[in-house]
Amino acid sequence: MNIIRYIIQKEFKQIFRNKAMLPIIFVLPLIQLIILSNAATFEVKNIKFAFVDNDKTSLSRELVEKFEASTYFNVVAQFPSAKQAGMAMLEGNVDVILEIPSYFERQLLKNEKADLSVIINAIDGAAAGVENVYINQIVQQFNKKALVELSLFNRSGNQPMNIETIPSFWYNETLNYKTFMVPGILVLLVTMITLFLSGMNIVREKEIGTLEQINVTPIKKHQFIIGKLFPFLVLGMVLLTVGLIISKLLFHIPIVGSITLMYLYTIIYILVILGMGLFISNFTDTQQQAMFIAWFFMVIFILMSGLFTPIESMPQWAQLLTEFNPIKYFVQVMRMVMLKGAGLSDIYPQVLKTLVFAIVMNALAVMSYKKVS
Amino acid sequence: MTKDNMIQVENLTKMFGDFTAVNNISFEVGKGEVFGFLGANGAGKTTAMKMLIGISEPSHGNATVAGYNVLTQAEQVKKNIGYMSQRFSLYNDLTIKENIVFFGGIYGLSSADIKEKSQAMINELGLHDMADSLVGSLPLGWKQKVAFSVALLHNPKIVFLDEPTGGVDPITRRQFWEMIYKQANRGVTIFVTTHYMDEAEYCDRVSIMVAGKIEALDTPKNLKHQFQVDSMNQVFLKLARNIE
Repeated sequence: MNIIRYIIQKEFKQIFRNKAMLPIIFVLPLIQLIILSNAATFEVKNIKFAFVDNDKTSLSRELVEKFEASTYFNVVAQFPSAKQAGMAMLEGNVDVILEIPSYFERQLLKNEKADLSVIINAIDGAAAGVENVYINQIVQQFNKKALVELSLFNRSGNQPMNIETIPSFWYNETLNYKTFMVPGILVLLVTMITLFLSGMNIVREKEIGTLEQINVTPIKKHQFIIGKLFPFLVLGMVLLTVGLIISKLLFHIPIVGSITLMYLYTIIYILVILGMGLFISNFTDTQQQAMFIAWFFMVIFILMSGLFTPIESMPQWAQLLTEFNPIKYFVQVMRMVMLKGAGLSDIYPQVLKTLVFAIVMNALAVMSYKKVS
Repeated sequence: MTKDNMIQVENLTKMFGDFTAVNNISFEVGKGEVFGFLGANGAGKTTAMKMLIGISEPSHGNATVAGYNVLTQAEQVKKNIGYMSQRFSLYNDLTIKENIVFFGGIYGLSSADIKEKSQAMINELGLHDMADSLVGSLPLGWKQKVAFSVALLHNPKIVFLDEPTGGVDPITRRQFWEMIYKQANRGVTIFVTTHYMDEAEYCDRVSIMVAGKIEALDTPKNLKHQFQVDSMNQVFLKLARNIE
């Protein structure tokens, strides 16, 4: 026990003595949290909107005004012809083109039906989908109003049927994307720092030769590993705390669930990551190699974590792969506990799986750590 | 094996794939002996030493160090040996005192013991002013002296020194060898590799390794006589050339 204490003492001294380390631990995560939380948004705003009005009637102008009034669209230009509008899109000056056909008003009055042509730049498919929804919403609103007005003109007694859905968004009433993103980004932050630091720490001792010196001492494998990993567990928890405070103070993220539960889960989770870090460092000889491998896994884990893209929309095989992604569970747990106030029984499957990973990962790490070559 | 042999090596071999780094070497080292382990770069010295200190598994053969088998009782061997590697083996970002506390601690010394030993060591090396400065800021010669003293913290029966004086100035080298002799007189067995042939003259016995094999093993005096030359330098050159 005493021996472990000496190692922990030494690790903390080295961490706090390393001038490059402190900013990495405390300043970088802060910047990351602030920048990413404000930038990583799924909302599509400032859509560059252009239109071609072949009708030039009061009704067509009213439709364009609807777009002008919307906060999502910036009306950037009006083009005399669809061809010129197409050129503008090719040059990247325009995201959406609305073409109003000739006789738009007349057809609407006569047939109560008219076609609009909408062209959306779909290089970013996800954004195009969102833009399509916005456009439909605006056109529908316009439609309703037009129909009411038209039915006033046209004597016909039958009012248009009106079925409206009124959504209520639970757990994030205002659909604030920050509420959704911040818990997830907190996960990235804790994961990246603990994985990189633990992975590189032991390799660093290999590089400078002190690991050989340690291997010549009668120190037990488990003593060395516990002593090495414990400081990073503490660091991870400190990071989580700093992150939670920022989330609360800066982003006003509701923390509905039990903080104790969050901390307990995070401890198990960090054990998985530290086991990975150790495992990586056992198979690499330089910090550079360790960094590349750690980064390789990080990228896959992050992209397949459900943080940026929903796991439900991945192909079957990819969904299967995400079962082995610890970040996925951490993201789920953080969102569930922070935003929904989930209890232990709700996150039981995640806790269990993470625990299994922690045991397997650390067992592998301890087995692959060899004092003898 | 006789009671007095601290190191007993029989047919020790290490192969890396097809390459035989250490080829069937056998020798023994007595208690309190200063044993010089010589050889050109790549002759297999360091590999042989790593097998003796229990961090490399022999492919064939057997070795006993401080009465324990390096294969089956590696942890017992480690309790009884000190090691100072070719590369600098202390932490540069810790002070001299902190290094002593750490290494004393992981050898299981009590904190009272550590305190007493670090005081004694600082006195002996005359490091009062530098005890709290980072090891990284010390000149190389000082570092090596501190590293040697740290390797002795837990009172090992044998100390393995892998080129301890590489890159060190002649005065410090002389001082370093005085430290070695002091320990040898106290009964500590010294196993040392070096490329300095004047240092080889200081050893009680010297072995010379060429291409994985021990080609000569005797006192410096006998070796010079055997090869009919005046210095160990010539012995070394003659041997290395003959084989090539």
